[in-house]
Amino acid sequence: MNAPLRRVGIVVMVLFGLLFANLNWIQAYKADEYRTSDYNGRVQVAEYERRRGNIEAGGTAFALSKETDGELKFQRAYPGGARYAHVLGYKPVNLAETGIEKFENDFLAGTSDQLIANRVKDMFTGDQSGGGNVLLTVSKGAQNTAFEQLRNNRVDAAKGAAIAVDPRTGAVQALVSMPSFDPNPLVSHNTNEATAAYNKLEQDPAGPLKNRALGEVLPPGSTFKIVVAAAALENGVGQQTRIPAGPSWTPPTSGTPIRNAAPSICPEDEVTLINAVTESCNTGFAQMGVRLGADKIKEKARQFGFEQEDLSVGHLNEGGHPVAASRTGSMQNADGGADPAALAQSSIGQRDVRMTPLQGAMIAASVANGGSQMRPYLVRQLLAPDRTTSYYTAKPKELRQPVSGQVANDLRDMMVSVVENGSGTNAQLRGYTVGGKTGTAQSAPDRPDHGWFIGFALDKNGTPVSAVCVVLEQAGPGGSAEAARIAGQIMRAAIADPGGR
Amino acid sequence: MTAAAIPASSPATTGEQPGVRLARSRRNAELSLLLVAMVLVAAYGAMVEAKVLDTVTADFWMPAAALTAVFLGLHLVIRFLAPFADPALLPAVALLNGIGVGFLRRLDLGSAAPAEREDLAIFAGTGGRQLAWTLASVVLAAGLLALMRDHRSVSRYAYTLGLAGIVLVMIPAVLPSRFSEINGAKLWVRVGGFSIQPGEFAKLALLVFFAYYLVRKREVLSLASRRFLGIDFPRGRDLGPVVVVWLISVLVLVFEKDLGTSLLYFGMFVVTLYIATERVSWLLIGLVLFFGGVYLAYVLGEVVGGPFANFYLRAQIWLDPFADPYNDGYQLVQGLLALGTGGLFGAGPGGGQPGLLPEVQNDFIFAGIGEEIGLFGLSALLVVYLLIVERGLRAALAVRDSFGKLLAGGLAFTLGLQVFVIVGGISKLIPLTGQTTPFLSAGGSSLMANWLLIAVLLRISDGARRPVTGAGGKAARPSGGPPEQLHGAPTEVIRP
Repeated sequence: MNAPLRRVGIVVMVLFGLLFANLNWIQAYKADEYRTSDYNGRVQVAEYERRRGNIEAGGTAFALSKETDGELKFQRAYPGGARYAHVLGYKPVNLAETGIEKFENDFLAGTSDQLIANRVKDMFTGDQSGGGNVLLTVSKGAQNTAFEQLRNNRVDAAKGAAIAVDPRTGAVQALVSMPSFDPNPLVSHNTNEATAAYNKLEQDPAGPLKNRALGEVLPPGSTFKIVVAAAALENGVGQQTRIPAGPSWTPPTSGTPIRNAAPSICPEDEVTLINAVTESCNTGFAQMGVRLGADKIKEKARQFGFEQEDLSVGHLNEGGHPVAASRTGSMQNADGGADPAALAQSSIGQRDVRMTPLQGAMIAASVANGGSQMRPYLVRQLLAPDRTTSYYTAKPKELRQPVSGQVANDLRDMMVSVVENGSGTNAQLRGYTVGGKTGTAQSAPDRPDHGWFIGFALDKNGTPVSAVCVVLEQAGPGGSAEAARIAGQIMRAAIADPGGR
Repeated sequence: MTAAAIPASSPATTGEQPGVRLARSRRNAELSLLLVAMVLVAAYGAMVEAKVLDTVTADFWMPAAALTAVFLGLHLVIRFLAPFADPALLPAVALLNGIGVGFLRRLDLGSAAPAEREDLAIFAGTGGRQLAWTLASVVLAAGLLALMRDHRSVSRYAYTLGLAGIVLVMIPAVLPSRFSEINGAKLWVRVGGFSIQPGEFAKLALLVFFAYYLVRKREVLSLASRRFLGIDFPRGRDLGPVVVVWLISVLVLVFEKDLGTSLLYFGMFVVTLYIATERVSWLLIGLVLFFGGVYLAYVLGEVVGGPFANFYLRAQIWLDPFADPYNDGYQLVQGLLALGTGGLFGAGPGGGQPGLLPEVQNDFIFAGIGEEIGLFGLSALLVVYLLIVERGLRAALAVRDSFGKLLAGGLAFTLGLQVFVIVGGISKLIPLTGQTTPFLSAGGSSLMANWLLIAVLLRISDGARRPVTGAGGKAARPSGGPPEQLHGAPTEVIRP
């Protein structure tokens, strides 16, 4: 029986040889592929081994990491909850990260090339200093006010957005999208719970995940008249120039008459430009737009930032929340010829004109800032994990110069007149000069109108301190007046607590 | 190559003088190797604590010390009751067992709340339970050595053990599911919070029966045969009982969905038959039947489904685990990723993420360990297993009676096959079938059964290496000589 036993011995050696060869295949040849596989949770675990840096606004951390007992050592927490959700974004375990958490991921995670010196130091000291900290421009006061006022708006609008920027720098002071959501359940380490929470938000018809301040485009209504007025001012019309108006005006090629919001608004045949703006005279702007022509209006809108597709709000050099392009749309016939009816509708911010709330704020900001439009940004500073070294400090950049200083002055006077004598009186602030423009935009024939307000505040020296845009979707009558009121509150808060620049 | 090396290096077969018996017994070598193994186990425990706790606690050595104490006890038992036993078996098994306990304790440390980590009692958690089971198993193995002073004595109970084997295999199948089912497999007997896997012990009992029966019938199996298709088939009545026992076991296991164990029994049966008859044709028939059966089950699983669907699914997972990485293929995918992440050197003891591996304390323990000790560490573990198997086979070669040869050969091969099935399964060499990894996996039944297996191998190797002449050898034998039933055993069949 010894011969078969010896052969069995050889068979066992062959079997073990196969095991050995196969382990070599897996652990040597395929090791890298398996190590970096998407299905390999260890990649993730390694990410959570290091403390992720904070995202802070006004000295308070609104995104931070807490140590846990679990397999993943650190749990992300958002003490601001829904209030900062659209500013910060979120960093879930198994879903896609968004917002600042996404754009500054490398720096927050500590894997950025900029932090290499820290990592080398860690290697010697054995510490894990964690990721770097991101300091935002957001003003806590303005953000809180924007969130609360929007949520408790007096016209019961369910959706809307507000954004405030510093006109001199472009630093975002507040950014709110309504409805919002609590990002904390999304970053749960229980991935099933996180996915369930995400799916619930994703399927919510109100679209809480949507960043309406930057990503939603709506017809701007009368706020667009500032753009048309700018085009007019550059084409020989002055503040006191009388332009044709009237209770109703029918464009030459179309039977649909354009009327004013109320019979009391510019019923006379002619009004001055400043009055047309102050009263928001539709017939006046429709006729003026047709007289100026589509090209001049579209060009002026483009100079204010319409049609820009690559704008982002975050870091001034790279990355950031993408901003949807605002559009003027077609103002022509199908055959490419002039279409006065389309042009007339577009001149009062209807038809195919679409604008983001950010674009509205940027129009107001450029008017307040003497015609210079600053590029908006959210990231003020990048601080090393130990908070001693700064790796980046925002240097505000001029994005474009939509209007000359003279035209900006004229527009400013007219917008101030709107708040002092016209439809925007709700935005008034004691001790400050406030200018603005309301807008009521038809969304669809069977739905209530959107209420808009764009505006700015100047201090006693005429220095612009805040520019803001508030939109209340399908707010119905009184929507724009309520938007003006909220805008005033936000600016008041931004002035009291300017945040970082 | 192996065949030549084994007898040459075996001291028992060299013609040394009886007077130097103590030196030849190699008990001191066993002791030294055992202490080296225990130092390794203690060092492993310290490395785990250093990585998981960031500090080495003052009582890191306690599990290793408890193991050392009980293994030393077994060593002393061997010294007195089986002085010529193979000196490499105990240290090799002790090393595997110690690493197993250490790794299970590492899992406990990893999952315990941070506040409780540093003062985890040595008998707490899975690792502690495994430690307790080790102590019990080793005591039982020592008891078996004391009880069975000559391995041939077990042949007296061969039929009883054969029947017991079938009963053990069938118990879980007969019991209601609530007493026997865990994770969909009916393999357990659960009483209160306590569960044992009777099938683990059936392996030993059945093998004793196979060995006894085949040795008794080996002449007729070899000679009284009918030639068919160029292959000699024994008469049905000669092969009948053993085939019946085997068939019942395999069928029961198939319906308990324990594919790994049925494969193990199949291999065990074919190999003992081959060793007993020395006919390669049995291997060929076995392999043809096996692959034919596997292919048939695969095809039936695809077409008919039913009881074969599970098999078909496993084959599909094996062919492409990444086709469904989150559900069906999840275990295998995670096992491969763990092994791959470990790479050549591993993440170091305590440095891996075994928490990500499903069933890491059982089926996937080799992958969990592999992530932390890498290819080099796993290769060392495989060599230790291979050493145990080849030492068992060497005992089979050297022992003088056919029953001992067949029993030792069968036990050693079965152990090797079990390692192959589970390690091959988790590393995608063969389809995955649930099996414990001997001496590593958590589980008292498996540990105890395998320690009993080692006790039998120790006993047989003692018989093999004991000098034929010399008073000591004879005196240690139980009186009465070879049992009656083994009438054909001492006579080797002379074959043309």
